[in-house]
Parts: sequence; C-alpha cells; structure tokens
Amino acid sequence: MTTSVPRRPGLRARLGDRVLSLVEAATTPLLPTDYLDVFAPLRSGADLRGRVVEIRPETADAATLVIRPGRGWREHTPGQYVRLGVDVDGVRQWRAYSVTSDRTRTDGCLTVTVKAIPDGVVSNHLVREMRPGTVVQLDRATGDFTLPQERPEKALFVTAGSGITPVMGMLRNHLDELGDVVLVHSAPRREDVVFGAELRELAAAGGLRLVERHTGTDGLLKPAELAELVPDLAERTTWACGPVGMLEALEEHWAAEGIAERLVTERFRPRVLVTGEGGTVTFGKTGTTVEADGATPILDAAEAAGVLMPSGCRMGICYGCVLPLREGAVRDLRNGELTTAAPGDGVLVQTCVSAAAGPCDIDH
Amino acid sequence: MTALQKKSENPVAHLSAQDVEDIGRRLDAIRQEVADSRGAADAAYIRKVIDVQRKIELASRAVLLLSKFPPAWFVGTAGLSVAKILENMEIGHNILHGQWDWMRDPKIHSTTWEWDMASPAEQWKHSHNELHHTYTNVIGKDNDLGYGIMRVDEDQKWIPLYLLQPLWNFVNACFFEYGIAAYDLELGKNLATPERRADPGFRARGKAVLRKIRKQATKDYVVHPLLSGPSFLPTLTANFVANVVRNVWSHSVIMCGHFPEGVETYEKTSIEGETRGEWYLRQMLGSANISGSKAMHVMTGNLSHQVEHHLFPDLPSNRYAEIAPKVRAIFDEYGLRYHTASLPRQVGSAWHKVFRLSLPNGWMAATTPKNAPQQVAKLVQLTTAKPKVRRAMQREWEQAATAA
Repeated sequence: MTTSVPRRPGLRARLGDRVLSLVEAATTPLLPTDYLDVFAPLRSGADLRGRVVEIRPETADAATLVIRPGRGWREHTPGQYVRLGVDVDGVRQWRAYSVTSDRTRTDGCLTVTVKAIPDGVVSNHLVREMRPGTVVQLDRATGDFTLPQERPEKALFVTAGSGITPVMGMLRNHLDELGDVVLVHSAPRREDVVFGAELRELAAAGGLRLVERHTGTDGLLKPAELAELVPDLAERTTWACGPVGMLEALEEHWAAEGIAERLVTERFRPRVLVTGEGGTVTFGKTGTTVEADGATPILDAAEAAGVLMPSGCRMGICYGCVLPLREGAVRDLRNGELTTAAPGDGVLVQTCVSAAAGPCDIDH
Repeated sequence: MTALQKKSENPVAHLSAQDVEDIGRRLDAIRQEVADSRGAADAAYIRKVIDVQRKIELASRAVLLLSKFPPAWFVGTAGLSVAKILENMEIGHNILHGQWDWMRDPKIHSTTWEWDMASPAEQWKHSHNELHHTYTNVIGKDNDLGYGIMRVDEDQKWIPLYLLQPLWNFVNACFFEYGIAAYDLELGKNLATPERRADPGFRARGKAVLRKIRKQATKDYVVHPLLSGPSFLPTLTANFVANVVRNVWSHSVIMCGHFPEGVETYEKTSIEGETRGEWYLRQMLGSANISGSKAMHVMTGNLSHQVEHHLFPDLPSNRYAEIAPKVRAIFDEYGLRYHTASLPRQVGSAWHKVFRLSLPNGWMAATTPKNAPQQVAKLVQLTTAKPKVRRAMQREWEQAATAA
C-alpha cells in the first residue's frame, strides 16, 4: 500500500486564495464573479456560457446556431450533445442538442442544429426567435453516441429527422477515417432533409453511400426494407438516431438477428411506457410540497410549483436533473421500474423521467 | 389607530359576505392575468436594474477611492446611497419575495439571493414573507406594526417612556437594518428568559446575524477604506453615510406602507377562519400607497404600490403600476378607501402618528396654541406622578375627551 503525503498548496495558489478572499470581502454578499459577469460573461472561470453569433436556416423548420463558447469550453467528441440553457419568454429552459460542428473550425465556435418540433417551446424559439448576440447557458459536451477509437471498417448510420445531427457531427469530422459508410436517412420530403445539400455532395464525391427515404411518399422505413437496402448490415457497426418508434423497431430487429451489440442508438425523447401512482412530493430544503400525478415527471411538477430544479436533457440521458430521494417511491416513466428509498438512503433519481409513486421526500 | 373591530364606524360594514368573495375573485383574476403574461420584457427589466445597480455601485466605489477630495466624496456617497437603495428595495426585497422565481434563473432566485443588509436573507424571508405578509396589521401578530418597541395603538397602555418614541423612531430609522435583524431574531422576546437565550435555534440564528453583520461591516468600514489608502477616513464616513441614507430611506418607505393615519389594523381574533376574500380585504385597507414619479417608484422598490404589493406579493414589481388602476377601480366600486398620497404627506402622516401616540390618548386633539402651556403642565404632572395616580388621571382625561 502506498500512502501519499498531502502536498501543501503552492505559494501561488495560497497567494491566489488570499487575494480572492480579500476581493470577496469587498463584494460580500455578492461574489466577485457577480460583478465580472456584468462585463465579461464568457471569461474564463465564469459559469459556462456562449454567445450566439449566427443563425443559419437549414430547412423550413430547422436552423443551425453558431455559438462562441466561453473560455471554459472543452472540445467535444463528435456525436456528443451539449446542454443549452435558453431564456424563452423570460423563463430559463434547458435542452440537449447534438454538436454538429467541424472541430477544425478556426473561429473556435461550435454549432448545434435544431429542428422545430410541434409545440416545442425551446426548439421553436431557437429556430424562429433567436437573435445573434444572445448569451445562452452551456454545459460541456457529453454523451456516448460516439465512434470508437478503433474506427469500424464498415459503418451504417440510420437516421430520421433531426436524428441526422449527431451523425453529421461524426461525418464532418471523421468521414475520411471510416472505410465503407452507408447512411440511410428518412425525412418527410426531399426539402425537409436537414443538411440535404451537404450530404448529397458527400455522396457525389464518393465519401459515402446515401439512401434518402422520403416518408411522405415512401412511408416509414421498416427494418425488413432496411435489410434489403443494406444487405450487408450484419457486417456493419450501426449507429441509429431518430424517433422512438424507429429505434425500437431497429433494436428488435438487431436483437432478433443476434447482433444487438452492433447497434448503438441515441434517443432524443424518452419513451413513456407507464405511469406511476402519483403522490405528494416534498422538497425538504426549499420547503415546497407538490401534488404530482403519476404521468408527470417530478421535474415538471416541481417547476410548475416554482421550485428551482436542476435539469438537462429532459429525456433521461444526461443526469443533469438527478436528486437524492430521501424517502418514498418513484417510478421510471420509461420502463415502469420502481425505485424506493428508506430514510437515510438518499437514492439518486432522475427527476425528468421519474414520477411519484406515493409520497416522496426529495433532498432539494 | 384603533383596531377596525373596535371602531364606531366600521369601513367595511356596508359589504356583504358575497361582496367580499366577489372582490377576492376579481383580484384573483387580476393576479392571473399578470402571471400569465410574465415574459421576456419583465426578465429584461430585472436584469437591467441589476446591471445598472452594479455599475453604479462599482463606479461610486471607484470614485470614493479618491474621497479625500470633497467633490469625489459627495459624488461617491450619493452614488453609493442610490446603489444601496436599489439593491435593498427594487432588487433584494422583491427577489426575496420570489417575484422573479418564475424565470428559473439560479442567479436571480429567492432561494439563492443574499442582500446587503444586516439580516440574513433566510431569516428575513421568514419574518417578512411568512409572518408580516400573512398577518398584515394584526395586532399582536404582525411585528411590522412596531408595537414591540413603540406605542402604535390607542389601546396600548401609555407610559411616560413613550414620550421618547419619536427620538427612538429616528434612531431606528438611522440604523434600520440592525433593527430589522433584531426583530427577525425576535430579540426582545428571545433575550427575556434564560431558557429562550439558551435555545439552540435562537443561538444559531443569532450567530448567523452576527456573522453577516461582521462581513457587512468589514466590507464598508475596513476593506474599502483600506483600498482607498490616503482616503481611508473619508471613504469610511462615505460608506457610513450611504448606509444611513439607505436606512432612513427604507424606514420612511416602510413606515408609509402601513403606518399613515387612516390605515386599518385588526384584532387577533378577527382573522380566525378568514376567507381568501377577507384576507384580500385586510390587505386592501391595511396598506397605503405613495404617489409620485417613475424614479420614485423604482427607488421605493415599487413599495409605493404597497396596496398592490400586499395583494400580490409575488408578482413582479414592475407590473404593479399597470394593475394599480384596475385595483383602484375595485376599491371605488365597493366604496372602500384607496389610501394614497405623496411621499412627504405619507411620511408626515406616519410621523404625526408617532408623535400623537407618544402622548397620552386625547392629549394632542385637546391641545391648541392657546391652551398649550396648561396642557404641557398637565403632561409634566402626569409624567412625574406615581403610576396609580397617573392611571387615575388618564382615566379622567379620557372620560373628559369622550364626553366632549
């Protein structure tokens, strides 16, 4: 066993702490950062934010946002998503979007591409209302929907709608490292294909084989048809991103073929399978009590009652909304799984996909 | 003031129970209208105020680095006073009310905000939001009435010490933030007995207040003066003056809210089983507005719209002006008094009451320039008399006043 002697912090660090505490004494009850934020919201050391510098329309209902991130940004791995905090009608809303930018961009900006979904509060705002110059809240990029270090010889991407976005991130950065690439993409019509022109160019240049499926005329893609379109799909590593229904069909098919491990999927929205029983949710620290029904995520119920909740993707993938359940039971809306906690347990639950299943005491 | 229930002419006697509930429903509708229309413009407003406040504060503190030059001292002190007033009133008070919680911005939220004030946000929120706003103007329940330290009601027994209450009120105004901290701690009650003094909850809260005061004082009276180098002393006095200006200003605004003559108070028993409509009615008659310019409204944290604020404490302050005419229309329709007057008049009225109640009941009313010498002589006699004699004299006096 080795023991490590805790090292005394260096002189510079100690001096830095001294200076910081002196500055804090001059700004209390606020923090020095509160004043610095007035002038330099994107500086290093600030909460991570970004400034939207350009909004480029992609299709009638999709647009790409070019964002200059603050100094705290760390380069993403293509395929990952970033959480974006945007004020819509004055209310801070967090959503996750795939990063689509080419990492070799020289201006240091990143891009996300957003498709407006019907009744989507944030997506419609980003596509139609967002103006250059706006500061948005950011988080560092995260997610496992990425290419392995050892690039596959043969790859298949199956996407639909805005599901193309993480894949576009991969293609823009790594297409030349991949051998044989097939992309099967579904969109209602030809003009609805996000990045349509760019994809067709890539295909024309021989970089990949592109199969466009226009569901408005051709209908939804079935796994059996996919197998016809890509006869060697069993030999390929497949990444799929799109609506829940499509992903489920693909997962079933791959499982039936016994090649489930060759399929990687990314969901943009949770699939709600069950509802909980509902119950009274108590937030001990904020002193709020909320009556939540069994179909409403605790996150939504709490926000509606004015509780300031941590939140993220709102689909159960980013863990930005996790809080300790001190006591009670919650049901995972995606699979019906029940999580219970006895006093003192402090089980961490994802509030965005968990509904109350009886009285709950949440440590928040 | 006399509790509404003891008045010979009850200002709400003409209202039926149905009227009261109708008033409640109409006020609920006004509230909902604002809640539904809160949006980007409101968010931009509070962010702008915070932005401006921070810039004024930074600029003023920068100017005060040279405060040994008198013009710098004056400009810096004035700027810092304005910044401190904005910080406490339009920003701090309203954020701590949760008026901006709907924005879900963790930086502008009642659960995360801390302010430039002796009382820690957590304690103030309890005594202000929970106690004062729930039990507004209920004698024995609402500490904001000030009965703990002053005589604010005719029914409160008069003792000679109350003759000093105008002076005491002035001292309280100058050091108002400490007064607030003391009453958030319920210092009078909690220091009274050894058991209460030893209560761990009280001790923890007391420590939190002392910690906060130490930090605040270190900032204004040590760190910034030291940063000013040769201007050490002038910066210290500037900060002291700015704190006093802010304290006197907020004390004045708050006195105007519930203390002017004609604002109603309530007996403890009167709020048992109170309906939402009745609660609204109590807020309507228990608050007073200040009329004036837009700048004045902002500097009072829109507490100049005290009536609207007490009806809807959690609506964004920038919207009170817009709903005031609708609220007033309800007062007019139901024959209720919408109490509003200019700042000098309301401050004057509140001080008038402080003086009036510092004297035995009926003294002020019975005094004219002609009989003043006799009246003063009587007062001296009363003050120096033994308690038993004093009480007898007061009874006689009051009977005479009633007979007249």
